Amino acid sequence: MAAYLVHRTFLMILTLFGMSVLIFVLLRVVPGNISDILFDSAGFVNPAEKARIEQELGLDQPIITQYWRWISDLAQGNLGYAYVTERPAAEEIAPRIPVTVKLAVLALIFSVIFGVPLGVISAVRQNTPLDYFLRVLSLSGLSLPSFWLALLILMAFVHYLGFIPIYTDPPDSFWKEIGLLSVPAAAVGFRSSALIMRLTRSSMLEVLRQDYIRTARSKGASPGTVNYDHALRNAVLPVVTIIGIEAAFLIGGLIVTETVFNIPGVARFLVEAAIWRDYPIVQNLVMFIAIVVVFANFAVDMAYMLLDPRIKYAD
Amino acid sequence: MRLHRVAVAAVSLAGSVVLAVPALAQKPGGTLRIYHRDMPPSASILEEATISTNMPFMAVYNNLVMFDPKEKINSIDKIEPDLATSWSWDDGKTKLTMKLREGVKWHDGKPFTAKDVVCTWDKLTAEESDKGDRLRKNPRRVWWQNLKDVTANGNYEVTFQLNRPQPSFLALLAAGYTPVYPCHVSARDMRTKPIGTGPFKFVEMKRNESIRLVKNPDYWKKGHPYLDAIEWRIIPNRSTRILAFVAGEFDLTFDSDVTFPLLKDVKAQAPNAVCEARPTNVNTNLIVNRDAAPFDNPKIREAMMLALDRKAFSDILSQGHDKLGASMLPAPEGVWAMPEDMLKELPGFGDVAKNRAEARKIMEGLGYSADKPLKIKVATRNIAVYRDPAAILIDQLKQIYIEGELEPVDTPLWHAKVARKDYMVGLNLTGLGVDDPDVNFYENFTCKSERNYTGYCNPDVEKMINAQSGELDKEKRKKMVWEVERKLAEDGARPVIVHNVANTCWQPHMKGLVLQHNSIYNNWRFDDVWLDK
Repeated sequence: MAAYLVHRTFLMILTLFGMSVLIFVLLRVVPGNISDILFDSAGFVNPAEKARIEQELGLDQPIITQYWRWISDLAQGNLGYAYVTERPAAEEIAPRIPVTVKLAVLALIFSVIFGVPLGVISAVRQNTPLDYFLRVLSLSGLSLPSFWLALLILMAFVHYLGFIPIYTDPPDSFWKEIGLLSVPAAAVGFRSSALIMRLTRSSMLEVLRQDYIRTARSKGASPGTVNYDHALRNAVLPVVTIIGIEAAFLIGGLIVTETVFNIPGVARFLVEAAIWRDYPIVQNLVMFIAIVVVFANFAVDMAYMLLDPRIKYAD
Repeated sequence: MRLHRVAVAAVSLAGSVVLAVPALAQKPGGTLRIYHRDMPPSASILEEATISTNMPFMAVYNNLVMFDPKEKINSIDKIEPDLATSWSWDDGKTKLTMKLREGVKWHDGKPFTAKDVVCTWDKLTAEESDKGDRLRKNPRRVWWQNLKDVTANGNYEVTFQLNRPQPSFLALLAAGYTPVYPCHVSARDMRTKPIGTGPFKFVEMKRNESIRLVKNPDYWKKGHPYLDAIEWRIIPNRSTRILAFVAGEFDLTFDSDVTFPLLKDVKAQAPNAVCEARPTNVNTNLIVNRDAAPFDNPKIREAMMLALDRKAFSDILSQGHDKLGASMLPAPEGVWAMPEDMLKELPGFGDVAKNRAEARKIMEGLGYSADKPLKIKVATRNIAVYRDPAAILIDQLKQIYIEGELEPVDTPLWHAKVARKDYMVGLNLTGLGVDDPDVNFYENFTCKSERNYTGYCNPDVEKMINAQSGELDKEKRKKMVWEVERKLAEDGARPVIVHNVANTCWQPHMKGLVLQHNSIYNNWRFDDVWLDK
């Protein structure tokens, strides 16, 4: 177990190193850099100011020196300076992280609390009208593009309720914020819940055909006990894997959702910073997301051990 | 009896006036809520060349003079005092002396003096070698090329010394792009925490979220502004922001944000909304890099110009509302509009079928055909207002054996790319800060201007541009301007495809906003705006 943890941690560090190199190189391969963009609008520019920014960003240094400088600064908690707004990058990034985390967690909760039970119901009521309905629902969840669904929701709110659930004013309480985020969370979580629902259904159907389920039924166990205590517990393993992967993929869905619902989160901010080639912001944010994804996968691996005692890792 | 009737009428009139006053009186207070389409690159109007900065931040500043805010058409004949209370020209029309308003304070409490005016124009005319606190960018430096010197005569008088007479000079001072900056605040702070003398003080700008301005209680114009604050919310997604306006979240849309197809939706869902269509004095134009082969051959450029069907652009993009014209804004809004009969004679403005037949002949002469087309990339900014006409352009160029591929370029990279001339053919939008030929010609068509994206350089035309710029007789100048425009069209310098028309909408309770019909960059002071709710 200890050896596994060490091995897994080593792999995590290696993955993060690979990610950091990739992020750094990709950002420098795309055309244009922040100093060009800041001075883009033609007309007379101040060359001394441009040279100063290039020097501060280390753009005049070899790429390896630039990389080393970034990583060592990052290790010391120095995220650099956002040249578009002329503020420290940490001040720009920090307030946005909680917003996105809340949205992602809500979306994940939404997808699990709808996806898992509906998947179970669909499997238990296989080939009934309810099953057909749930399968169509899950299929539409997978087929509808997030931005389209989000816009439909907004249109419905404006048309039928006369207001729009977007982030125009910062909410003044935690619960108001949760209320405000629940609509976009549902929009982005709908796709994940559909995926979870389908996976739960197929996994449950497989388990429900096992001998021990038949035995449980013949011993007089109630349908609830059979379905939830015996079947679901064994069917949930692949679902946990997919929940872990979905947690990582959510960030992609959040870019669109944050844009449509005008949420000042990390995902939308990242896109805008990438367009402006705001290196300190993009590098650090992508690295942050990479860390979250790697840790989410690590957590899923650990959850396996808790959920299935049969799984043992060789020492 | 007659006297009695007159008396009754007079009493009735007086009564109605008395009764009408409360209904007409501006109500003070309230927060004006406006959505913004994107994040402004900075708050420093002098350093930027976009309505994204100009519209939210003009209310922070004052100019020396301004176009009459009650008039829809900006005109040199209708210029009002702002920080300058009066002005006079010397006999040679090269010396402009302005008396400045006394007792005006910057938002940080420091007094406004002539020194601030001198500082502002020192920054605008700084040379590369100049030291000190300089602007990072200066996109309109070419506006001030005829300015020799600015001097302060005591604390409340300044003199602008010109090299030669330039009747447009006062109009340049009145532009929304020409606020006065404080001497004691650095250029960096002006980009992030601007200090002005205007009706509203800057509070904060949250990246990609919001901009907040509050009433300046010490504003020199007594009783103004009426509003307590202005809040801008940045909503990059157009569908979301239009829905938010329809839902009543905002009092005013971003300027010219409502296209004609969208206008139908807005009017259907918010029938009480007030929407005004107006020319933006932003034109859609074709840019061709004359240094890149094969476009160094004037014949190809001529063929491309002849391939344009301007009416089709207007019909598709704005349901026929866009205007057709030469380089300057067409009538009735355009002060310098070329007469219709003259416009028809310009190359590329006649019968489209005939023009295209001629264009094909030119292309065939150069060895191109349907089987052997000229393959090009058409670069444009990656936003709908650029991409849509670029797609139509590609379609129209097919008619003359040119096969175009769209090359969308991210907004922050666009100006740098075309200024470097790192393109072959492009679809561009050009906005004019002032409806004046000096602004248009010097920025876009003179040899040394960095915004001359096509690299067009004709010393004869430059002489004509300088001549019209110095002409004091307006009618004579108009004729000279049309002659320059004719020559630019013949040379295919930067063919204007259409002059854009778009809509701005507001809720009926918002009062006092006068949209300017020949420039979107002016009159965003909001000091006459009030909320009737």
